[in-house]
Order: sequence, then C-alpha cells, then structure tokens
Amino acid sequence: MGNITDLGIAGLRDGFRAGDFTAREVAEAFSTAVAGAKALNAFIIETPDHALAAADAADKARAAGELKPLSGVPLGIKDLFCTAGYQTTAASGMLGGFTPTYESTVTTKLFAAGAGMLGKLNLDQFAMGSSNETSAYGNVISPWRRSDGGNAPLAPGGSSGGSSSAIAARIVPAATGTDTGGSIRQPAAFTGIAGIKPTYGRCSRFGIVAFASSLDQAGAMAQDVRDSAILLEAMSGFDPKDSTSLDVSVPQWEANLSGDLKGKKVGIPKEYRVDNMPAEIDALWKQGIEWLRDAGAEIIDVSLPHTRYALPTYYIIAPAEASSNLARYDGVRYGLRDLPEGANLQDMYAATRAAGFGPEVKRRILIGTYVLSAGFYDAYYTKAQKVRALIARDFEEAFKQVDVLLTPTAPSAAFALGEKSADPLEMYLNDVFTVPASLAGVPAMSVPAGLDGQGLPLGLQIIGRPLDEQGVLNAGLAIEQRALFNAKPQNWWVK
Amino acid sequence: LPPRRPDASRAAMSVDAATVRKIANLARIAVTDGDVEAMVPELNNILGWIEQLGEVNTDGVAPLAAVIPNHQRLREDVVTDGNIRDKVLANAPQAEHGFFAVPKVIE
Repeated sequence: MGNITDLGIAGLRDGFRAGDFTAREVAEAFSTAVAGAKALNAFIIETPDHALAAADAADKARAAGELKPLSGVPLGIKDLFCTAGYQTTAASGMLGGFTPTYESTVTTKLFAAGAGMLGKLNLDQFAMGSSNETSAYGNVISPWRRSDGGNAPLAPGGSSGGSSSAIAARIVPAATGTDTGGSIRQPAAFTGIAGIKPTYGRCSRFGIVAFASSLDQAGAMAQDVRDSAILLEAMSGFDPKDSTSLDVSVPQWEANLSGDLKGKKVGIPKEYRVDNMPAEIDALWKQGIEWLRDAGAEIIDVSLPHTRYALPTYYIIAPAEASSNLARYDGVRYGLRDLPEGANLQDMYAATRAAGFGPEVKRRILIGTYVLSAGFYDAYYTKAQKVRALIARDFEEAFKQVDVLLTPTAPSAAFALGEKSADPLEMYLNDVFTVPASLAGVPAMSVPAGLDGQGLPLGLQIIGRPLDEQGVLNAGLAIEQRALFNAKPQNWWVK
Repeated sequence: LPPRRPDASRAAMSVDAATVRKIANLARIAVTDGDVEAMVPELNNILGWIEQLGEVNTDGVAPLAAVIPNHQRLREDVVTDGNIRDKVLANAPQAEHGFFAVPKVIE
C-alpha cells in the first residue's frame, strides 16, 4: 500500500473497513499533511481535534460493528458552512472570530455519517470570485505549476479554491464546496479534480453563509467521480429548515454508477464554441465527444440560444440577491463593529460595512443596490429574471432531445495570481460555461480530462436534467474511464 | 464570449459620482472620495456590459424567481425553538443585560 494520503473517500472507507489501518492513523496522516502545507494557504483554521475525535469514534464503531457511511473519512469543509464551536468567516474580515452556536445541515449530515473535519477551507470572500484572490485571509495557491519552470503562483480557481487546492495536493481526501455560478466546477477544472453541483434544492442551504440564495447550492469536490457520488449522497436530503429544499429522496448514486452509456443521448451545444477559446480546449472537447461515443452514447448537436446572455443576467441577479443578503452585516448581532468616536447608529452601519467588506464584495453590493433601486428595478432586475426564464427554457428544450450536455468547464486553464484581478469583468468572463447551469438550477459536474501544453489540468463539464445527478455522474465516469487522468502536481509545498 | 463594451458612454444609464455616493449610502457603506473616483468607471464598465440584455426579446415572458418547481410548505404553528438567548447573543459585538447594545438612537 502507498501513502494513506493518496487515498480518496472510497479507498479510505474500504481500507478502514477491511482493517488495513485505523481511523486514527488516517486522521493523523491527513492532519500532518495539512499542517505541512501552509504554503498553499488552503485553510483558514485547522481542526485536527475534530478529525481525531471523529476518528476515535469511528474506531470504536468498527469494533462494535456499527459502521456509518463515512466512518474513518476526514474531510475539508469550505469556510462558508457554519460549524458549531469552530470559527466560520466566509473569508471576510466582517466575520473574523465569528463562532457559530449551531451547525449547518450539510455538516450535521456529514458528521452524523461518521466523517471528521480537518479544517475550514479558504475561499473567495463571501464566495465572490473566481480565483481565490478576494479572501481576507490571503490568496490560496494552486499546487500546480506551469511546466515552463517559471514557478508563477497559479490560481486554484474560485470560489471553492481552498477545497480544490487541498484535494489536488492530497492533504484532504475530499471537501465540501458551494457553487453559485461555477464555484465548484471551475476550481475543480483548474486543479485536476472532480466536482459536482447538484440540482438546486438537493443540499440544504441552512447554515451556509448566503451569497445569492436563488443560485447558492452546496456540492461535493473529490479526487474522482465515485468519491463525488459518495460525498454528495451524504450531503443531500430534504431539510425543513430551508424553504427551497426539495422534498425528494436521495438516490443511491454510488451503487448505481455505470460508465455504460448505451441508449443515452449526449447534446453538444453549439453556443459553447466561443471565439478566442484555446485550441487545446476545443480539441479536448472533441476528444470528450469521442469518449462518450465510445461509451455507447449517441451524439446530437443542440442549441441553447440564450447562452451568451447568461453572464450579464447572472451579474444582475447574483449582486441583487447579495446586496439584500449581506444587509444583515450591521455590526449589531454578530461579526465586526466599527464605531467611530461620537458616531450614531447610521454612521456605525456605514463604518462597519466599509471596514468589514472587501473591494469585490462592496462592488457587488453596490451593483446589486443600483439594479434594485427605484427607477431601475424593472429595467435591470425584472429584465434579468425574464432572460433567466429563457435560459432555463433553453435547457428544458434541449433535454427533450438529449439526456446530458457536454461542454468545456472553463475557457482557459488556471491563470496566474494577479493576471485577471485588475479587471473585474475579465474575471467574470471565466465563468462563461458554468453560469448557465446555475441559472437553470440543473446539476452539473466537472471531471478532469487532460493537460494543456503547459502541463495544467483541463476539465470537461457534464450538465444534466433536474434531479438526474445519476446521469451526470455516469457520463462523468465514462469520461474518467477513458481520460485516465492521473497527473499530479509536484509537491513543492511540503515543508 | 459576450462582447464587451468598454465605451461606457454607450450605456443608457451610466452612473456618475453622485449616483455612486447615493447607492453607497443606500447600501450603508462609507466611501471616500478616492473610493468613489475608482468605482465610477468600474461600475460603468460592468453596467455597460450588462446593458446587452436589452436586445433580448422578453415580451410575454414571466420573470423566473424559483428555478426548480417547488411549493411553499406550511408547518404547524408551534414553537420549535427558543430559550437560547445566550446563544443568540454569543457573537454580539456588544451585549448588555441580555440585549444587543447599539449607540443611542432616541434623544
């Protein structure tokens, strides 16, 4: 057997059950790996005590013959999930020191399933960003480097960049993510891992720091498709504490995994063939089509005519919802308070929010406030909601003809830190392929499919019908079985 | 990719410094003159780009608020929580006598 830390969820779970190692050995190995990888800045806080306590409980459960689905498996938790007794910051100075007195539903489910927590993973501030450069706790660094020898620090993607970096570096076996416009899939693509955003409503939003509530959805990030299925199964399920939670049963996604796509139809949306797309990504997409054909699928060209309007629609709806959601940070009930000498209540609000929010968060709050303000509401917000309806209808029409869609996940491989941060719009455009599925609420995943000429990972995206995570996972598996992606970054970050 | 419109003057509703101050005030975010100066072109750039939605024909289209069909659930009208005052106040920047404390608002 190799290193314990090379194993993913299935390998740890099965090895633990078979008695190859104890849960404590697993938790110690990963905690040591986490502590030794500070150069990545993937964690805001490390919580080895939590992982070790869960491991000891798992070892006892094994002795008693009472194993749970994730017994023996430690996880990284994105610092957007409230964890009782453990600081939860959303990577914002606004929530520095905030220690929830309650647990998010997703982490409640994971811990009840036997998992432990290795730490709270860094992210873009309030999940707003595509490169992890907006965190108040510093940039996360991707473990990957270009093969040009330049060693430029690369973005791990965002907003779930701590999650993607930590999994790619094999310092956590898997992690939670959240996806509002691509925040699971784009970081997964940038770091050569798998990530799935389920149907909107599958995972409870209770206890997840809110960004844009009609779009926010938790999901799984892991080494491969099987691990993604296992983790998502443990995270999903109806929750009366979330008014948009779907009251439907959770399928056995892992048990029903199959890379055999005979009888399945895969749509190729022509609108995703955009100008200026690197030839390598176009070639990988064509390769992906051949892989799915080889798996037995029929390939059909489809059209999603409103695709090009998805990004501007998103950048009205998401900031509008954010400006409303983030109104709660008032310096009164929790988080930062900035009370200048002699200030009244209004001054306190304004000073607190000026001090606590980072520049990108302020930018989005201001855009959101503007598009919701008197006189502009219909021209911007209502208009965007109507275009969103057309985008959702595009998917509905496409899914009358096909079972899943195949596209690239992102229009580029990972870029260097600082490369796009000067121009907000340039950064927003990186989400061009992931935002449409978010607006439509449909499940979508990224699977690693190859490397570009600079040795950096590229991902392919599979988008499915509402509630058909199985179809998405199965097509992802078919790609995984043919791409045989096994590249790993050089571990330069180990102390 | 959607075409960019760096020429903000094409935007039908471009913002100026006074507008930025107004929305910053509505959003309760204190801004300096320097902040405003930087935000005017940034916001215009983004809003100018968003303007392209105007070319989409949305006649007769109902605005979409809930993306996956769902129904509003009702629950029994009973107390399901409570008696957790100390938990509620645990993260308050300033809590006094079991209440959130704020600067004086009534003279």
